[in-house]
Amino acid sequence: MSPQNHLRPDQREIITPEGLSLRLTLAGRSARLGALAVDLACIGAILLGAVLALVYTQAGLGQWTKRPEAHHAAQFLFILWTALMFLLRNGWFLIFELGPRGATPGKRMLGLRIAARDGARLTTEMVLARNLLRDIEIFLPMVAVLSALGTPSSSMVNWAAAGWFLLFALFPLFNRDRLRAGDMIAGTWVVEAPRARLEQALSAQAARPDYAFGPAELAIYGEYELQTLERVLRDASPAAMEAVARAICAKIGWSAPQGDEVRRFLDAYYTALRARLEQGLRFGRRKVNKHDGAAR
Amino acid sequence: MKDWPNRLLARFRRGAAQEQHIAPATLRSDRFRQAREGDWRRLEAIVTAVEKGRLGRLSDADLLDLPVLYRQLASSLAVARETSLDAAALAYLEALAQRAWFITYGPRENFRGWFMGFILGGWSRAVRAIRFDILIALALMVAGVAVGWMMVAHDPAFYAMLAGQDPARNPASSAKQLRETLFGGQDQDALAAFAAYLFGHNAQIAILCFALGFAIGLPSVLLLLQNSGMLGAMLWLFHGKGLLLDFSAWIAIHGTTELFAILLAGAGGIHIGRAIAFPGELSVMESVAAAGRRTAPVMLGVVLMLLVAGMLEGFARQLIDSTPQRLLVGGFMLTFWLVYFFVFGARK
Repeated sequence: MSPQNHLRPDQREIITPEGLSLRLTLAGRSARLGALAVDLACIGAILLGAVLALVYTQAGLGQWTKRPEAHHAAQFLFILWTALMFLLRNGWFLIFELGPRGATPGKRMLGLRIAARDGARLTTEMVLARNLLRDIEIFLPMVAVLSALGTPSSSMVNWAAAGWFLLFALFPLFNRDRLRAGDMIAGTWVVEAPRARLEQALSAQAARPDYAFGPAELAIYGEYELQTLERVLRDASPAAMEAVARAICAKIGWSAPQGDEVRRFLDAYYTALRARLEQGLRFGRRKVNKHDGAAR
Repeated sequence: MKDWPNRLLARFRRGAAQEQHIAPATLRSDRFRQAREGDWRRLEAIVTAVEKGRLGRLSDADLLDLPVLYRQLASSLAVARETSLDAAALAYLEALAQRAWFITYGPRENFRGWFMGFILGGWSRAVRAIRFDILIALALMVAGVAVGWMMVAHDPAFYAMLAGQDPARNPASSAKQLRETLFGGQDQDALAAFAAYLFGHNAQIAILCFALGFAIGLPSVLLLLQNSGMLGAMLWLFHGKGLLLDFSAWIAIHGTTELFAILLAGAGGIHIGRAIAFPGELSVMESVAAAGRRTAPVMLGVVLMLLVAGMLEGFARQLIDSTPQRLLVGGFMLTFWLVYFFVFGARK
């Protein structure tokens, strides 16, 4: 087993129908809360805009109160308002999550998306189901807590109701997969939407070096050290590179390179070490880190 | 001709030098990567376009190649995991494989296509799939009506508890007062607004009734009982004044749709609750997820039914002022829903 085959606690493995194992990273609870806050802020902003527009139109209608048309117009505004409220409350999350990115604007902003838990297709039914429960998870707990806080002589009944609804709201805190009640019903979960650029291969771009490393000089490190070295080379911070070069040279008994030499030395060492470790890999010998004796 | 070894050697060297110029990679894993990088980048471009919803900009060839490129990438990733130690390239492949997987296995159809299938049979199938729970919910509603009636018959003081305080409709009201609540609404203004309000209110209640199925279905049962108990109490009240038929017609014109919708929402909640309490051979999580996916389309249907019910209540009931006509409309709607759910598309 290589280090990359170990799942982090927040990672889940799914097997696709092609037999490929994919590692999904569960979205953090704070990230999901942030996404929800962004979505609610968007909804709030739309509502505020709608209220302002309605008040403005209503005020305009006020000039013609004598005319029957004004009454009909006011009625039309009320219907518009009701439809908008219903759509925002129930449709906002639904419509966005049905799209190809499987994410509301808030989730997109925080790099999250929804996926089916069983590794199969995400269906319309799942998205519907997970959003039908949003009412008892967000809006009702909010109303219950506000009403419990708002009444001056908060009765036990109010607080009991608020506590009961909070159970739904805080559901993601109480399970390993961070599912909310809607996720459970729908068989979905929220994962991080992966995003990575293809970096230049370090070994390919390096000029052919004048260094020759013997097997003994390469045998001291494993994959973990190789990946650390790769990170240092990609960050390209001169101080870090010099420190790493000194550490390697101390181990293999070379004199530490200076100035421009540092980068050339590290590139060469990286390429040589990777060649050796990958060769071992092809023969089925992995060397996970410097303490691993398998490839020696 | 004597220097042929040198010429051959020179040629060989030049060949080697040229080859190095084309492929500077020495590592086998880098050569592997160089050979496939073009395909990876092409797949990335396609996936990015699909994610951004810019399907129009993709050529047919790109769309046709998407599954092929995805499978090639899957095999590249499998090989790279076993042979390459280039952490950056591996991370890129993992991420790209996931994104391509989300696209390849994302929702197969757009919502409009799904909705057409839903109207043309999907809805009926979903309702039929939970018919056992519908029977439970129906039994509960009948029991609720009976209990509501009997409680009020036993002691009229229960009326306020079941149906709420209402100055126009209470046990002290005269037959004339009660009659006035049933007829003569057609002069009323703002029918459309009333219909919209009714829809918004009822739809939210129905969604709540379904969602509370998550608490093992008990709140759904209670909501069903409470609603039908109120109906039973009102039936008793109007029966006492000889207005039972008129009241039934007044309820039926929209009630055959609205109560049916509430029945379905409650049945959905009970279905979820049953799946949690009695998962059978599945794990609880699998059982709940399957139940949720079965009932979600029913709930979309419930919202649509409540839209219809809101219009019937807001317009038809106020405009149609005679008991037989109200019964006719209500009976027609009931027949329509029953045929649509249980006859339409039932053949296999």
